[in-house]
Amino acid sequence: MYSVILSTASRYLLILLLLFSVFLLLRGHNEPGGGFVGGLVAAAACALYFIANGLEAARKIVFFDPLRIAALGLLLAAASALPSLLLGNPFMTAVWIDTGIAPLGKVGTPLLFDLGVYFLVLGVTLTIIFSLAAEDRRS
Amino acid sequence: MLSLLVTGFLASALAPVLYRRFRENFGWIAVIFPLFMFFGFLSRYPEVAAGEVIRESVPWVPSLGVNFSFLLDGLSLTFALIITLVGAAVFLYAGAYMKHYANTGRFFLSIGVFMTSMLGLVLSDNMLLMFVFWELTGISSFLLIGFDHRKESARRAALQALLVTGGGGLALLAGTILLHRVTGSVEISSFYGMSGIITSHALYPAIAILLLFAAFTKSAQFPFHFWLPNAMEAPAPVSAYLHSATMVKAGIYLIARMNHEIGGTPLWQDTVLIAGTATMLFAALLAFGQTDLKKLLAYSTLSVLGTLVMLLGIGSELAVKAFFIYLIAHSLYKGTLFLVAGTLDHETGARDVMKLGGLRRAMPVTAVTAALASFSMMGIIPLVGFIGKETVYKAILELEYWGVFLIAAAVAANAFIVMITLFVGFKPFWGETLLTPRPPGEAPLKMLIGPALLAVLGLLFGLFPGVFIAVMLQQSALSILSETLSLKISIWQGFNLVLLLSFVTLLLGGVLFLVRSRMPERLLALRAPALLKPSAWYEGSLRLLSSLARLQTRLLQNGYLRNYIIVIVVTAISLASFALYRSAGRFVLEPAVAVTFYEVALAFIIVVSTVLLITSKSRLKSIVALGVLGFSIGIIFVIYGAPDVALTTFAIETLNVILFVLVLYRLPRFLKLSRSSNRVRDSLIAGGVGVFMTLIVLYATSFELSPELKRFFAAASLPEGKGRNIVNVILVDFRALDTLGEMTVLAIAAVGIFAMLKLRTRGRA
Amino acid sequence: MILLLALIIGVLYAAGTYLVLRRSMVKVIFGLIFLGHAANLTIFTVARPTKGVPAFVPENALAIAEPFADPLPQALILTAIVIGFGVQAFTIVLFKRTYQTLGTEDLDEMRSTDTLE
Repeated sequence: MYSVILSTASRYLLILLLLFSVFLLLRGHNEPGGGFVGGLVAAAACALYFIANGLEAARKIVFFDPLRIAALGLLLAAASALPSLLLGNPFMTAVWIDTGIAPLGKVGTPLLFDLGVYFLVLGVTLTIIFSLAAEDRRS
Repeated sequence: MLSLLVTGFLASALAPVLYRRFRENFGWIAVIFPLFMFFGFLSRYPEVAAGEVIRESVPWVPSLGVNFSFLLDGLSLTFALIITLVGAAVFLYAGAYMKHYANTGRFFLSIGVFMTSMLGLVLSDNMLLMFVFWELTGISSFLLIGFDHRKESARRAALQALLVTGGGGLALLAGTILLHRVTGSVEISSFYGMSGIITSHALYPAIAILLLFAAFTKSAQFPFHFWLPNAMEAPAPVSAYLHSATMVKAGIYLIARMNHEIGGTPLWQDTVLIAGTATMLFAALLAFGQTDLKKLLAYSTLSVLGTLVMLLGIGSELAVKAFFIYLIAHSLYKGTLFLVAGTLDHETGARDVMKLGGLRRAMPVTAVTAALASFSMMGIIPLVGFIGKETVYKAILELEYWGVFLIAAAVAANAFIVMITLFVGFKPFWGETLLTPRPPGEAPLKMLIGPALLAVLGLLFGLFPGVFIAVMLQQSALSILSETLSLKISIWQGFNLVLLLSFVTLLLGGVLFLVRSRMPERLLALRAPALLKPSAWYEGSLRLLSSLARLQTRLLQNGYLRNYIIVIVVTAISLASFALYRSAGRFVLEPAVAVTFYEVALAFIIVVSTVLLITSKSRLKSIVALGVLGFSIGIIFVIYGAPDVALTTFAIETLNVILFVLVLYRLPRFLKLSRSSNRVRDSLIAGGVGVFMTLIVLYATSFELSPELKRFFAAASLPEGKGRNIVNVILVDFRALDTLGEMTVLAIAAVGIFAMLKLRTRGRA
Repeated sequence: MILLLALIIGVLYAAGTYLVLRRSMVKVIFGLIFLGHAANLTIFTVARPTKGVPAFVPENALAIAEPFADPLPQALILTAIVIGFGVQAFTIVLFKRTYQTLGTEDLDEMRSTDTLE
């Protein structure tokens, strides 16, 4: 399935799509988007790169083991509950930092949670695709 | 008291670790635990003796009325003292007795859990809490009977005891629930004064029968007695502790505890009286054919349990007095004799009384201990057993109507008990010396202290009944009958009819002993036909159950996935259709809003791709159809104001196509596997499901939707969630815990996929 | 328009049910996907979808005014779609491994573990 055009295009598309996914993630609190869509778009970007350049190249680009990315996501989401525990509020009560940080908008635990969702969805999807691809090549 | 029980469970959990450290000296460590509890309860003695009822309550599930509420009055204190004292004797003994077994640490864990749950059972003021402890004693009993799990007979006996007493436990739970419906509470102390309401309620017979069923199974009353003799598979300390002194008295405790509020009716009293008398008599007769030390003791225990139940059935003041004294006496002497039987087995390797004799020189201390306990068991002055038996006779003689029959039954049963005592307590030690498998020797100190202590207490209780028994008797009677007894206890009551009956009992027992000793074994080979044995009914019902299970498995779980689905779908649809049919009048179709061309076109595309997918034989076409379907549904979400959902759908559909390309090309071409008759049947079912779901959706949309949640989220999103995208705010803030759960599901799916593909088992099927 | 959606749901359920009753594993997977779509649409439709206005609080406003789409079923469906994808991938892989191990995709030949002797 190797194609020079696709392979070349996919490099730029990857960067663009990843940027777009982060954009979706960050604006998700106010506009359409969010961790789920962001993660899926990022995964689709990597999948596209995999189709164009093969499994090894894709693994190199992703760099981390996808299952670990998923674990990181779960951990981040769970960690977003910690502040509420420490402050003695009901479990998972949101905590916000009052002054916003310029490119991110308002910062608070829900953003951390959304980031967790993003990584989890990305990790899970890549785990599925990469495992299947490796299996595909072996058989 | 809650903290005491928690400590008990924790200490039990430590037992295996500590055992590994101390090995055969562990008995000395283990004994601290029951002794500590014993003195703890003893310290409350003055308060309880003064008539105080100590209560404690910690909420557990307050909304369901389940609380850790405890009640310490005369009755529960007496039981608690027996449990901990006999426990101390048994723990010390077991340390030495169990040293040749494997997994002795686990043994102490189970028996520690048992002791703690048994304490919980008698202390509970909440019936649901009592149920929990009731089942815990059953489970620890199961583990202990089956302790030697390599023996099939032990496993069978353990299962039998568990099923019989566990069934009783369920009855206790059911009875508790019914009681709750009548009284609105499950706290035992809240039943006080409601006797009239309970006994006149329509549910009363059911409550009474359920509770009695629970009590009879636990305390091995006829016809549920058969599990107890089989439970003798357990190591001797277990038999001494669970199956004579404590657990089998849990049912009796229940009857005594419930007696005042739920008893008193002819139904209750007569059932209890008849079951008790039957058990007392039959168990004694059944003992005649036994020669095994522990089986003999088991049947005598059954007989005594029957006597105790019978006394509660009589229910007079004198009967309660007799009940109480007999209960204490029995725990003391029977515990001792079971331990003695264990010692004999341990030191000589034989448990058959016909093969034991003349051991008094080799085992002098054990012989004296056994003799002391035996005198109590036979009811010989001045031991506590004597007072017990005298009072039992007196209580029966007081009766007018049944008196003659009952006294004959009681004397007969007691004569058999005398015979058992002669076999167990005397024959092994006196008479001619018989050769045993192992050369006999005295048991180690650890195995002597416990039984000797209990036997000596039996003597002390008999000599000074006023000191040891009278006060607790008064308080217990208060719990059982809610009136004080002013009856004095004294050991010598002069020459009267009762004393004469005692002599007759002893004489008869001696005669029985002589007859039995000289009787050839083959005369005993006669057995009752299987149909008359309750244990045969038990076996039969177990077999029936397993063949029923087999039958329904063959019918329903036949390995064809689609049959499972058909059963589920058809059942669900028919039941729900019936409900839908009955409310057919409430359908309201919304007024027809102009449907746009786009919507109709979209619906058309969905239907076409569906049909294409079902009929297509090409894999590529199928994937395309699936993609078209997914994107069309995404467009529906766009039209109806759900951009986030639509975005997600589009992203997922894209990934789906990749997934299918990766997998599907490796699978074979579609084959037409089903017969056409199956296809017709499946189409009919599928069509039914489709029509039904359409109707369900129309029906559901016929009602006004509560706008509360919608309004809440709309109003709270910005101020509280600091976000304008309400859907996302719900996902990451308001319902973040749900989302976290869903994320976990996803992660598990990924791990599962990873494992399935990466980790291959060696040796493929 | 609810009638139209209800009809679509009916078609999807019927197709899904028919497909999960097939003997071929691939068809069963397709059936599961259909049932997933159908269930999501059902949740969506039962909450009375309104055309247009999504559930966003407009700029410079504190709350959103009626009419707007109910956000709760959307949140439910959104996670359901993603989970559905995960579970569906799991099923696909399970079937694939089964096919590799047993060499058949006919469900009727896979009943040896479920039957009594």
